Amino acid sequence: MIAEIGQFALILALLLALVQGTLPLWGAARNDPAMMAVARPAAAGQLLLAAAAFLCLMRLFVVSDFSVALVAAHSHTLKPLLYKITGLWANHEGSMLLWVLMLSLFGALVALFGANLPVRLRARVLGVQGAVAAGFLAFVVFASNPFLRLEPAPLEGQGLNPLLQDPGLAFHPPFLYLGYVGFSIAFSFAVAALIEGRVDPAWARWVRPWTLLAWCGLTIGIALGSWWAYYELGWGGWWFWDPVENASFIPWLVGTALLHSAIVVEKRSALKGWTVLLAILTFGTALLGTFLVRSGVLTSVHSFAADPARGVFVLALLFAVVGGGLALYAARAPALGGGGLFAPVSREGAMLLNNLLLTTGAAVVALGTLYPLVLDALGGGKVSVGPPFFEATFVPIAAPLLIACAAGALLPWKRGDLKGVLGRLRAALLIAGATAATAAWRAGVDDLPAAFGLALAAWLIVGALVGLAERAGLLRRGPSGAARRAAGLPRAAWGMTLAHAGLGVAVAGIVASSAWQSERILAMRPGETVEIAGYRVAFEGAGATAGPNYSAVTGRFRLLDGGREIARLRPETRNYPAERGQTTEAAIHTSWLADVYVVLGARLPDGGWTVRLYHNPLVPWIWIGAAVMALGGLVSLSDRRLRVGAPRPARRPLGAAG
Amino acid sequence: MRIRTLVPAAAFAALAAVLAVYLVQIDSGARDPGRLPSALIGRPAPPLDLPPIDGPGEGLRSDRLGGAVALVNVFASWCPPCRAEHPMLMRLAREGVAIYGVNYKDRPEDARAFLAELGNPYRAVGADRTGRTAIDWGVYGYPETFVIDRAGLVRYRHVGPITPHDLETRIRPLLARLDG
Repeated sequence: MIAEIGQFALILALLLALVQGTLPLWGAARNDPAMMAVARPAAAGQLLLAAAAFLCLMRLFVVSDFSVALVAAHSHTLKPLLYKITGLWANHEGSMLLWVLMLSLFGALVALFGANLPVRLRARVLGVQGAVAAGFLAFVVFASNPFLRLEPAPLEGQGLNPLLQDPGLAFHPPFLYLGYVGFSIAFSFAVAALIEGRVDPAWARWVRPWTLLAWCGLTIGIALGSWWAYYELGWGGWWFWDPVENASFIPWLVGTALLHSAIVVEKRSALKGWTVLLAILTFGTALLGTFLVRSGVLTSVHSFAADPARGVFVLALLFAVVGGGLALYAARAPALGGGGLFAPVSREGAMLLNNLLLTTGAAVVALGTLYPLVLDALGGGKVSVGPPFFEATFVPIAAPLLIACAAGALLPWKRGDLKGVLGRLRAALLIAGATAATAAWRAGVDDLPAAFGLALAAWLIVGALVGLAERAGLLRRGPSGAARRAAGLPRAAWGMTLAHAGLGVAVAGIVASSAWQSERILAMRPGETVEIAGYRVAFEGAGATAGPNYSAVTGRFRLLDGGREIARLRPETRNYPAERGQTTEAAIHTSWLADVYVVLGARLPDGGWTVRLYHNPLVPWIWIGAAVMALGGLVSLSDRRLRVGAPRPARRPLGAAG
Repeated sequence: MRIRTLVPAAAFAALAAVLAVYLVQIDSGARDPGRLPSALIGRPAPPLDLPPIDGPGEGLRSDRLGGAVALVNVFASWCPPCRAEHPMLMRLAREGVAIYGVNYKDRPEDARAFLAELGNPYRAVGADRTGRTAIDWGVYGYPETFVIDRAGLVRYRHVGPITPHDLETRIRPLLARLDG
């Protein structure tokens, strides 16, 4: 019964989305207030119905109703409750339902918080959002129905991929989707603006908070995913340039560019067409990522839900949404007007450089991700593009971006003085130079690129703090006066400082862990001790242990610094009988400056065990940095200017616009 | 409309067209993103010199293969997909196709029990206890099957279990062509 209610709610949501995707747009074109007024209740109703369907599916998973095919295929009675719930979105159908729920949530939020939007723009934004939602709801109802029954119902489910039974991964998809789907609002605003033929600073101010929210979600989602890969896959690495990882990284890069260019539209009324294009591309690359993951065209460690027939549907959706948006852009963008020239050395010049580098970076990552596929489709044979390509192409783009970031943030609008800014950044330059010298001295001259990377991180962090200190008047007012003034600074200033400094922290982690990771793979017998990066790791033995739905072999290790024990490490190899799968649980001891990472491998015939040991300097900083960046985004989101909305521009006579 | 603003839409259309072609190819079975080509295709099969599963005596040597079309199948008793494809091998063996087995990193008693339980489709089986031969052949997952022609050249590599569909659409047509 519950499955049927869920199914019914989904179909109603689809019908409502069709109404929302047509009437308000038509009403806006005909200037009919009654038709435009349909948008807000339709968006709210669509959210309620999608949420009802989602809750129905959740209930089915919690009570383990194996008469529903999806539950039987992806759940098990012995699974802990948390993973029964998160099992809902750890499969294709359920994750698409989560996607649809997010899409209607964002639509409803615009309806709720969009009271200060002009009526016509709001109707158009919600109409476009409704049309996109209708496409995805149709996909769920017709090609990925999560509520299909199974006859006869099995007594027990087949369980969930053990790799996915993990708290880090449990919350990775919701955040990732918050990002992917959140960018749909920027897309809807862009398409609405193209239909209206007008982009102004007020438009940018309305778009920015939604983009910012989506960007925070995506940042957290990507960080959670890489953290999970780090401790669960047991390879000691945290980013593999895997197609699915790239699929989330590309929209992040384009979305970051959009965040910055929207500021230029707001402050200087420039880069309008470009910003609209970025808004379309951000959501477009998010959809492309979904297509690549869901269609199975790319082989990847992640593609556990692949089906070419569905791929055709997602491709058609991608074509309709992105193709439609870009075609509209081609037709209407020239009418938006350029926005004038501006000086290269200025805040807006720096933003333009930021945009060029970010989009080039995104293009390079997209090229590496899609090249094997395109070559194969054209009959050119199979190739694989690995980390060396991405490191060789992305790093040279990222380095100037990071250099420009600290300086650009200090430049004033309209016309800046690069020499003056560099003078103000003396402290950052000094500290960056000292960092590079220290790193080169400690690690040797062979590691100059890594020393340079650490210097960049220091440059970013100190540069961001210098900017804040200047605005607070640290030198003029002294610490207490500056603290009072800093507290009164706009939240957006704090947000930018946090985001840029967080980026610096993450860069430090990325550079240090890539350059100075130590790895030892060896056979150890109980009682043996081995040294890694100045620590000693003593192996005491391994034995069988049991979890709720798995049995495990747990190794007992002691981590010694000098003669002193600083931690006991318990890496596990888990065996999940229901799913016939194994996972490795690395044991990690972190000092916040470095991780010692132990993985227990296979048992050897002579009584020893394969053991993999890693020492990863600064690796926790990657996720701390990402968290600080997301926090910066949220702080900026709480800025009063974004909450109260833009001052209304003087109305144009309606006759002229319509 | 200016040309410049058309560029994104045109680039996207080109990408979408390629993706569509690719999907259609996958859908029709003409292309399998999971299928891996082998560097060995068209080259002489790497030498085989393996002891039998247990005890002394004749195992599997390259000269056994000489002169006829043959399948070389890499299998193990511990690999469930090997068990799944076994009936296909039995069917081919009954039809007189020469199949040779490379038993990969197995315990002799397990391998013997596997063949006793499911039947032995192999004209000869060699035990690759160290996995050295599998490395020479570039074996990636288990099972894997290679088709060797009369001249001793590798003509096809199949990764994963041979399904009834694979048997009819890939293996049989190739064997017919090589025999003819």
